Amino acid sequence: MKNFTLRKTYHPYISPFDPCPPVREKTYYTPAQLYLGYQPQNLEQFSPKEALKAGTLWKVFYDPYYGPNEKRRGPYE
Amino acid sequence: MWIYEKKLQYPVRVSECNPRLAKYLIEQYGGADGELAAALRYLNQRYTIPDKVIGLLTDIGTEEFAHLEMIATMIYKLTKDATPEMLKAAGIEDHYVNHDNALFYQNASGVPFTASYIQAKGDPITDLYEDIAAEEKARATYQWIIDMSDDPDLNDGLRFLREREIVHSQRFREAVEMLKEERDRKKIF
Repeated sequence: MKNFTLRKTYHPYISPFDPCPPVREKTYYTPAQLYLGYQPQNLEQFSPKEALKAGTLWKVFYDPYYGPNEKRRGPYE
Repeated sequence: MWIYEKKLQYPVRVSECNPRLAKYLIEQYGGADGELAAALRYLNQRYTIPDKVIGLLTDIGTEEFAHLEMIATMIYKLTKDATPEMLKAAGIEDHYVNHDNALFYQNASGVPFTASYIQAKGDPITDLYEDIAAEEKARATYQWIIDMSDDPDLNDGLRFLREREIVHSQRFREAVEMLKEERDRKKIF
């Protein structure tokens, strides 16, 4: 169903004189709402209980964000 | 008129007393892209927007107050019973001298809330585009707060709030599509 990705990366120019250690790959977020237009019918749903936890009824919009020091957990945890 | 349900939209858990995280979170309380700005923006714009999207602004604006309440709870818990020394160590002694442990509508740098954070241009597309931008800005702010936070319980609540920004952005984008729709060439669902 999903024919898009939620993350994109690019590789900025690194100067030999940059004072901070370079981050060679930068990431940015391209969430589902950029691609869907009107929400199509009959998309996959969470169960009501899962949805209350996930913050959305619709699996296509579920995109949990984790910090750099966090372990990614299960899909609805 | 509103009906108040005396519970939070999503449970707020905080693992430890950490006033520094409260300093970051206050950005979503009284900052330019925070929940207060969002609620006031939508609930004000709805008077002068085409009928078919008024309900959306009412619903989302109302939910933003539920988010504001969650953020307030987080800030309250993070600073409850913190001593002046602890607040000093967290770099929020300037907040303390003005407000004690009370919450205040200001951003992470202590700038008080102002109505100039929000806009009502009266042009429906302009207003909805602002609303979409506001949701994306709030989503990004949640990302950067999660990056700064080492509290897994708090991050769980922040992830929920970020997810709601995604859904709201989608609904505002659909509202734009509704207003774009050509008369008599209605799309069949």
